[in-house]
Amino acid sequence: MADIAFLLLIFFLVTTTMESDSGISRKLPPMQEENVEPPIIKERNIFKVIVNANDELLVEDELMELKDVRQAAIDFLDNGAGVGPDACDYCQGAKDPNSSVNPKIAVIMLSNDRGTTYGTYIAVQNELVAAYNVLRDRTAQQKYGKSFKQMEADYSDVTYPGNKETLEAQIEEIRDMWPQKLSEADKG
Amino acid sequence: MSKFTKKKSSELPAISTASLPDIVFMLLFFFMVATVMRENTLKVQNQLPFADQVEKLEKKDLVMYIFAGKPSARYQSSVGSEARIQLNDNFASVSEIQAFIYAEREAKREELVPFLTTALKVDKETNMGLVSDIKKELRKAEALKINYTTRTGDVSQNFE
Repeated sequence: MADIAFLLLIFFLVTTTMESDSGISRKLPPMQEENVEPPIIKERNIFKVIVNANDELLVEDELMELKDVRQAAIDFLDNGAGVGPDACDYCQGAKDPNSSVNPKIAVIMLSNDRGTTYGTYIAVQNELVAAYNVLRDRTAQQKYGKSFKQMEADYSDVTYPGNKETLEAQIEEIRDMWPQKLSEADKG
Repeated sequence: MSKFTKKKSSELPAISTASLPDIVFMLLFFFMVATVMRENTLKVQNQLPFADQVEKLEKKDLVMYIFAGKPSARYQSSVGSEARIQLNDNFASVSEIQAFIYAEREAKREELVPFLTTALKVDKETNMGLVSDIKKELRKAEALKINYTTRTGDVSQNFE
């Protein structure tokens, strides 16, 4: 009996894997028609991140170390220099007139060279996603007293005691306040 | 009085193995439930990069895997050391990705097709040129949901 069970056990140990995959989820833009005009976005609302073939970073025309990218992106998104209809009442940034107007308009543009290594590219993506997550967490903490991650975890938790519909609305609201506008320029 | 003197055995009694099958079966069931069958044999090197802002990929049956990286050492003599794409169990060229996506879609139930995600398992040493080509093909095939599969860890480990 034990022999048979051992045999089966060893078979399963060898042929199966346990790891569950995790990673950075992204949505690719759909293919565009040739003659569509790109939307006009003001220079100040674009945060340019360029990674060259030597894995060096050029952020807003300045050389930058990877560790500073997250803070630079946060500063850009959180700037909120808009007035009137573009005003951002939840931004806490420096309101620099040369930086973004409103996080709903602000776009991060990431472009890479064909020679960039994938590891570096993922590291930069990770930092930019982190910037959005930090800001979403901040707003979620302020408005609902818990982090955005916690809200999402609660939403997928089947034993969550609260009302899921209001929670979904709250998550949507925060996603709307800090939309992930991460454009990847492709040079074809 | 010999009634009261204990018979002293010189050796330890053997451990009973009667419960051994139970224990082994328990382990067996644990592994059967907690693991999934390995699907692909890797033919490329696959050192995934690190990231910490990750989301978990639920529903393994709704994931299509595309591997890319330098061929493993034992294939390098036949296919060279240039980074390659692996679909299912074979090396593939960029132009085969669309057909692969369509085939995968065909195999799934119709109502599940919109939830299909493409997981890109790319070696961290690969150049972005290849990844851009893959992304372009995915856009053509309208497989827009992608996931850059990573290991969880600090990004500084990507530069070692």
